[in-house]
Amino acid sequence: MSIGIEHFLIVGAILFCIGLAVALSKRNAIGVLMGVELMLNAVNITLITFSHFAVSDRPIAGHAFVAFSITVAAAEAAVALALAMSVYKNRETVDVDRINLLKS
Amino acid sequence: MEGFGPTFGFYAMSALTLVSAGGVMLSRNLLHAVLFLIVTFIGVAGFYILLSAEFIALAQIIIYVGAISVLVLFAVLLTPRAGRDNGETKMALPGIFLAVCLAAVLAFVINDTNWATVATSPELTASSLGEALLDAWALPFEMASVLLTAALVGAIMLVRTPEEEAEDALR
Repeated sequence: MSIGIEHFLIVGAILFCIGLAVALSKRNAIGVLMGVELMLNAVNITLITFSHFAVSDRPIAGHAFVAFSITVAAAEAAVALALAMSVYKNRETVDVDRINLLKS
Repeated sequence: MEGFGPTFGFYAMSALTLVSAGGVMLSRNLLHAVLFLIVTFIGVAGFYILLSAEFIALAQIIIYVGAISVLVLFAVLLTPRAGRDNGETKMALPGIFLAVCLAAVLAFVINDTNWATVATSPELTASSLGEALLDAWALPFEMASVLLTAALVGAIMLVRTPEEEAEDALR
């Protein structure tokens, strides 16, 4: 049996949905961030899959997009974790249920 | 992709990636969740190698496994009184329901679409990626460096203590 484009896309879709579930359901802000990283990785798998299998006159575009996506993910992780540290310094918690200063 | 090697590699990498991603969801200890996340990143790098994107796979190992996971571990260790449990909010069930619905929709779309695929995959090397980055995507490439500098400055500004800011103001 052969491995086609559908197999890789299905794995990317499942990984994205696991990441979505983690990001939506975790109570710790750092856990939410880990879900976001999983979703970014799933999207990168999908981009590389299309770059490998799909009909295109410039297939290297997928690789270039993934290189930019990894760069942006690194910047996002640094700033998001700095935000979590900043919230922790002010409130002594990173629990997203208890960060409710704007709630009346 | 024919033959025993790629097939076995695909299923091994799928099992590694998806089981450890499930571990991120299910482990009760936040530190264990970070360790599962690192294994997931390694599995994703394996997928890149299967799809013959060796440069991206090495970048994944260096940036995600080497840098981002260490950053996440530092964030966990620098919030000592915040609790190590990896529990769910009260919105967990709607979130998981939404994720399952999205998975069903995506699986249906992927199976239903008649994908136009190439017979032989193109040869994509690190040098062709470098040429593309400095030729067609030169402007986004430069903007990525500005973005990284902004993220660096922003992260430093956010984690400074009030005492450090007062010291800088006196100078």
